[in-house]
Amino acid sequence: MNDAIDVVKMLGITKYFPGVIALEDVDFVLRKGEIHALVGENGAGKSTLIKVLTGVEQPDKGTIELDNKIVQVHSPQHSQELGISTVYQEVNLCTNISVAENIMLGREPRRFGSIRWQRMNELAQKAINRLSIDVDVTQPLGNYSVAIQQMVAITRALEVLSAKVLILDEPTSSLDIHETNLLFDVMRKLRNEGLGIIFITHFLDQVYQIADRITVLRNGKLVGTYEASSLPRVELVAKMLGRSLTELDAMSKVKSPEAEKKDRLPVVEAKGLGLARSLEPVDLELYAHEVLGIAGLLGSGRTEMARLIFGIDAPDNGSLLVEGKKVNKFSPLESLKRGIALCPEDRKAEGVVGDLTVRENIILALQARYGWFKFLSPQKQSEIADRYIQLLGIATPSPEQLVKNLSGGNQQKVILARWLATNPTVLILDEPTRGIDVGAKTEIQKLVMQLAEEGKSCVFISSELEEVMRVSDRVAVLRDRKKVAEYAGDVDEKTLIQAMAGEA
Amino acid sequence: MIQRIKTFVVRHGSLLLTLAVFLLVYFIGGRLYPTMRKPQVFFNLFINDSSLLLVSIGMTMVILSGGGGIDLSVGGVIALVSTASAALLRSGVSPYLVLPLMILLGVALGSLMGWIIQYLKVQPFIATLMGLFFTRGMAYIISLTSVTITNELYKTFALTPIYIPFIPKAYIYPTTLVGPIMLLVAIYLSFFTRFGRTIYAMGNNEQSALLMGLPVARTKVMVYAFSGLCSALAGIVFSMSLLAGYGQFATGMELDAIASVVIGGTSLSGGVGNVLGTLLGVLIHGTIVSILQFNGTLSSWWTRIGVGVLTLIAIGIQSLFSIRTKRS
Amino acid sequence: MKKTALLKKIRDSQLFWPLVAWVLILIFNAIVEPGFFRLGIIEDPVYGKHLYGNLIDIFNNGAPLMLVAIGMTLVIATGGVDLSVGAVIAISAAMGAVLINPALGNQLITNDILTRNATNTPLPLIILADLAAGTLCGLWNGLLVSRARIQPMVATLILMVAGRGIAQLITNGQIMTIYYTPYFWFGNGYILGLPVSIYIVAVVLLLAWLLVRKTAIGLFIESVGINAKSTFYSGINEKNVKLLAYAFCGFCGAIAGLILSSYVHSADGNNNGLNYELDAILAVVMGGTLMTGGRFSMLASVIGAVVIWTFTVTVYSLGVPANALLAAKAVLVLLVILLYSDYSRRLMNRLFERRGSQHDTAH
Repeated sequence: MNDAIDVVKMLGITKYFPGVIALEDVDFVLRKGEIHALVGENGAGKSTLIKVLTGVEQPDKGTIELDNKIVQVHSPQHSQELGISTVYQEVNLCTNISVAENIMLGREPRRFGSIRWQRMNELAQKAINRLSIDVDVTQPLGNYSVAIQQMVAITRALEVLSAKVLILDEPTSSLDIHETNLLFDVMRKLRNEGLGIIFITHFLDQVYQIADRITVLRNGKLVGTYEASSLPRVELVAKMLGRSLTELDAMSKVKSPEAEKKDRLPVVEAKGLGLARSLEPVDLELYAHEVLGIAGLLGSGRTEMARLIFGIDAPDNGSLLVEGKKVNKFSPLESLKRGIALCPEDRKAEGVVGDLTVRENIILALQARYGWFKFLSPQKQSEIADRYIQLLGIATPSPEQLVKNLSGGNQQKVILARWLATNPTVLILDEPTRGIDVGAKTEIQKLVMQLAEEGKSCVFISSELEEVMRVSDRVAVLRDRKKVAEYAGDVDEKTLIQAMAGEA
Repeated sequence: MIQRIKTFVVRHGSLLLTLAVFLLVYFIGGRLYPTMRKPQVFFNLFINDSSLLLVSIGMTMVILSGGGGIDLSVGGVIALVSTASAALLRSGVSPYLVLPLMILLGVALGSLMGWIIQYLKVQPFIATLMGLFFTRGMAYIISLTSVTITNELYKTFALTPIYIPFIPKAYIYPTTLVGPIMLLVAIYLSFFTRFGRTIYAMGNNEQSALLMGLPVARTKVMVYAFSGLCSALAGIVFSMSLLAGYGQFATGMELDAIASVVIGGTSLSGGVGNVLGTLLGVLIHGTIVSILQFNGTLSSWWTRIGVGVLTLIAIGIQSLFSIRTKRS
Repeated sequence: MKKTALLKKIRDSQLFWPLVAWVLILIFNAIVEPGFFRLGIIEDPVYGKHLYGNLIDIFNNGAPLMLVAIGMTLVIATGGVDLSVGAVIAISAAMGAVLINPALGNQLITNDILTRNATNTPLPLIILADLAAGTLCGLWNGLLVSRARIQPMVATLILMVAGRGIAQLITNGQIMTIYYTPYFWFGNGYILGLPVSIYIVAVVLLLAWLLVRKTAIGLFIESVGINAKSTFYSGINEKNVKLLAYAFCGFCGAIAGLILSSYVHSADGNNNGLNYELDAILAVVMGGTLMTGGRFSMLASVIGAVVIWTFTVTVYSLGVPANALLAAKAVLVLLVILLYSDYSRRLMNRLFERRGSQHDTAH
C-alpha cells in the first residue's frame, strides 16, 4: 500500500470567480496506477478542479506537482504536452474521418509531406489493440458507437500524447451496461499498466464498481478522500450532501399532511412512463393541493422525468394522463394549454431569453398560450411584470432591463415568474433555488407551499434534501434513472439518503 | 467477397449515386439526340466547362472546411483576371509575366478574404460578397468594354487541338487540361496531406479539430487562398478560350459552382464530400446544357430549373443520410 | 439628468448608426456638391406636377430594395437568411407582364397585339396574382427551413437558382415589354408630388409594423432568433414563426417586383432584381440587426437601404464613371464589416461604458 507513487499532487487550490468561490483550499492527489473517482453535486467544484489541472483556468492559490515537480499548466495544449489528457462526455473527435486518423492526426507518418496511409493504419491498429477491443481503424469514426468513440479518444490520448494522467469526464452518461463494462475493462487494463485515471461521474454504482479511491467535493471545499472499499455507500451520499451519519438521526422529518387525502383523483398520472436511455418506466401520480418532492442525485433521471411530463420529450413507453385524459401530443405548448408548467434546470440554455427584457421574459409563456393575435397590452404586460417583480423580489433597475444583465439568481426568479404568470394547475420546478441567496430560497419555498395550499399541484425537484423535505407532502426518490421509492407522511432524511444511495 | 462489395458501396454510396445520375442523364441525351452519341460531345463537356470545373474545385475545398464556408467571389475573380490580363497583354507585357502575376493575384485575394473571415470573424458569405463586388468592380474600372487578346502564346494555347489517341475525330485544347490537372492536385491535397485532412476535420467539428491540435486558423486562410488560386486559373483559361477580357464574364458562375458541388454530394455544412463528386456535378451540369443545345428550341433558362431541381434532390438525399446517421 | 437619458436612448436605438451613416454621406455631398440636394417641380403630361431631383430618385429607385429589406429583416431576425429574393422579384415581374399580355401559343403575333395599351387581366387581379406568387415562394422557403430543417442558406439557394428559370418559363424566355399604361403608375406615378413607390413602402412598413408590434409576432420572432430552445420550451411554435417570416419576405419581394417592372416597363427574367439579395442583406446588417438573429428594426433596415442608394447616387453624381460603382460598393461593404465586427463593437462598448454607466455583472 505504501508503495503508492503520486503522479499528480494538487495542494491548497483556490479559485475565485466574480461573486463566487469555486474552489477553496482543495487538495487532490492522484497515484500512479489507480482509478480515482471524483464526485460531488452541482456547484461542488469538480469541473473547476479539472479545468485548473488541465490549464483551462489558472488557480488563484495553490500548487500543482507532476511527478513531484512543481508545474504551471498554461493551457490545454500545455497540459497535453505534460502528459495530462482529458476525454470529455462529448467525444471531441471528428466523425467523418477514419478511426486511424482520429488517433494519429497531427502526428501522422509522412514522407515528403505526403501521408503514409498504410503505416498510419498499422500504427493505429497497434495502438487500439492495446486496449483489447476489436475495431477496424480504416472505418470512419461515425460508424462506431459513442462507447467505441470514447475508446478511440482514449487511444489518441495515450498514443499521440503519451499520457501519464487520463481524466475521464462523465464517460458513461451515454453508454449502456455492456459498453460501460467494456470501458471499465479498458480502464482496469490501463490502471494495471500504471496509468493514473481520474474518473468523474455521478453514478455511484459505477464508482463502487471501478474506483480505488474516492474524493468528495462539496460547495468548493474538499470533504475528504477515501478508500472505496472502506466507505459505505450511505456515508458517501451523506458526505456529498454535507451530512454526517450521526447528524442524520437528529434531522427534520417531512412535514406530515393534515389529513389523509384518500379518494382523490390524480391531476396527472404517469403509468410506466419511460424513454430509452433516459428514464426507466415510472409510475407517478400528482395531486392537487400538494407538493411532491423529487429527491435524487444528479443524473438520477429527475430532469428526464420532468421533460417527459412537460412534453419536451415524447415517451416510448407507457402513458401519461392529464385529468383523466390520455396525452397523445407531446409538446410544451400542449402542456401549457393543459395547465402544466416546467421551470427548467438549465436556465441559461433553456429558460432565459437573454436579449429580451425582464418584462418580455415574464409574459412570454402566457403570451404563447394566447397565441399570435391576442397581444397583451403594454399596460397589462407592465402590470404582470411589476406584480411578479415585487412578489419574487427580483432585483432589477427596471422591467425594461435585459435579462442577461441580471445576476443568476434573479434570472432564475424571472423564469419562475414566467411560469407562475400562466397560472398553471401543475407546476414542475427543476432546481428552482439553485444559485439563489438564502433569503430568496426561503421565499420561494414558502411560495411553493402556498401555491399548493391554493390548490395547485407542485413538483419540487432539488438536490438539497433539506428543502425537499421542508416543502414536500410526499417525496419520490430516483436513482440511476428509475424511481426507487416513494414516501408520504413521516419520513426522515436518513431513509431518503439510504434510498438515494441504494442501501436499505 | 459480397461483404467487401457491400462495404465499398456503402462507403462510396454518394459518389456512386452521382455517377449513376450522370450516366443516366448522358444516356437520356444520347437517346434523344443521336448526334450526342459522338465521342467529341463528351470531350466538349471538358472544353466548355473547364472554368466551371476549376472554380468548383476551389469551391469544394472551401465548402468542405465548414463553418458556413463559401466563396462568392469566384466569378468576379475570373472577370478581373481576364480584363487585367487583356489590358497588360495589350500594353505589351509578356505573357510569361502576366500568367504568374494573375495566379499571385488570385492567391492574394483569396488569402485576404480568408484572413478577414478567420480573424475578423466575418461570415464567409459577407466577406466573399465583398470580394465579388471588389473584383468585378475593378474589372469594370480596367475596362468597361471587352478587350481582345491577340497574344500568340494565348492563341496557341487556345486554338491548338490535341487529338485524343484511339478515338477518331476527338480532341481537346491545352487549356482543357488545366482543370483535370487541378483535380488531381486537389485529390492529392484532400487525401494525402495534413492540409486536406484538417479541412475535413474542421468541416465536421471545428471545436474538435482545435482540441486535437490541428492548425485550424492557418488552414482556413489557406483554403480560401486555394480557392483564389483556382479562380485565377479559371480566369486565365476563360480569357484564353475567348481570347478576350471582359468585366461581365462569368456572372452567376458562383451559383453554378455551388450547385455543381452540392449535386456532387458535398454537404454545405462541411466535412462530407470530395472533388470527384464535384467533377461529376460539373459534368452533369454540362450534359444538361448540351441536351438543351441539341434540342435547340428550349432556351437556356431550362438549365436553371434543371440545376435547381437537381440541387434540391441532392440536398434532400443528403438530409436523409444525415438523419439516418444521427439516429444510429 | 434627463438630457443624458434621452441621449442614451437615441444612441441605443437601432436607428442611430444607419442614420449617422446617412447623415455623413449627405454632409459629404453638402460639402463637395451642394447641387446634389436640388429639388425642382416639374409638370409632367401624364402624372401631373411633381418633385424631381436626386433625393426623389433615391427614394423612388430605392423603393424595391427598401421593400425587400423589410422582408429580409424578419427572416434574418429569426436567425436565417433568404437568398432567393432576387429570383422572387423576377418571378413577380414576369407574372405581371404575362398576365397583361400573354402573347403565347400559336396566335399570330402582330405588332398591335404586342404593343396595345390594354390588359388581358384586370389590374387588381394582376396585383393579387403577383402577391400570391411571391408569398408562395416564401412559403416554399419557409417550409424547407422550418419543417425539413434545411439550413436557410441552403434552402433558399434552391429557389435562387431555379427561380430565374421559373421566371423565364413564365415569360417564355423573352424579355417582355409592358405597354399597359395604368401599370406604370406604381413605379412612375406621383401622389401629392411624391412618387407612388414611397407611399407603397410606407404602407407596407406600416402594415408590417402593425403585424409585428401590435401582435405577439414581433416578440416571438425576436425570441426565436435569440434563443430558439428557450422559446420552444416556453410554448411558442417556433416553426410557424419562421414560416411566417419567410412567407412575408416573399410577399415583400413580390411587391418589389411589381414596382420594378412597372418602373422599367418590362419583365426580364435574367436581370430583374439581380443582386438584390446581396444588397438587402447588406441593408439589414447596416440597420443593426445581427445576422445571428434577435432584436430587429425594419425601419433601420429601410434606412440602411436608403444609405446604399444614397451612396450609389452620390457616386454617380460625383461623376465617378459608372464602371467604378461596383468597386465603390465593395468599399462600403468593407466599412460595414469593420464597423459592425466584434472588434469595433467591443471598442464602442468600452468607449461608452467609460462614461460612467453602471452595469450588473451577470454570470
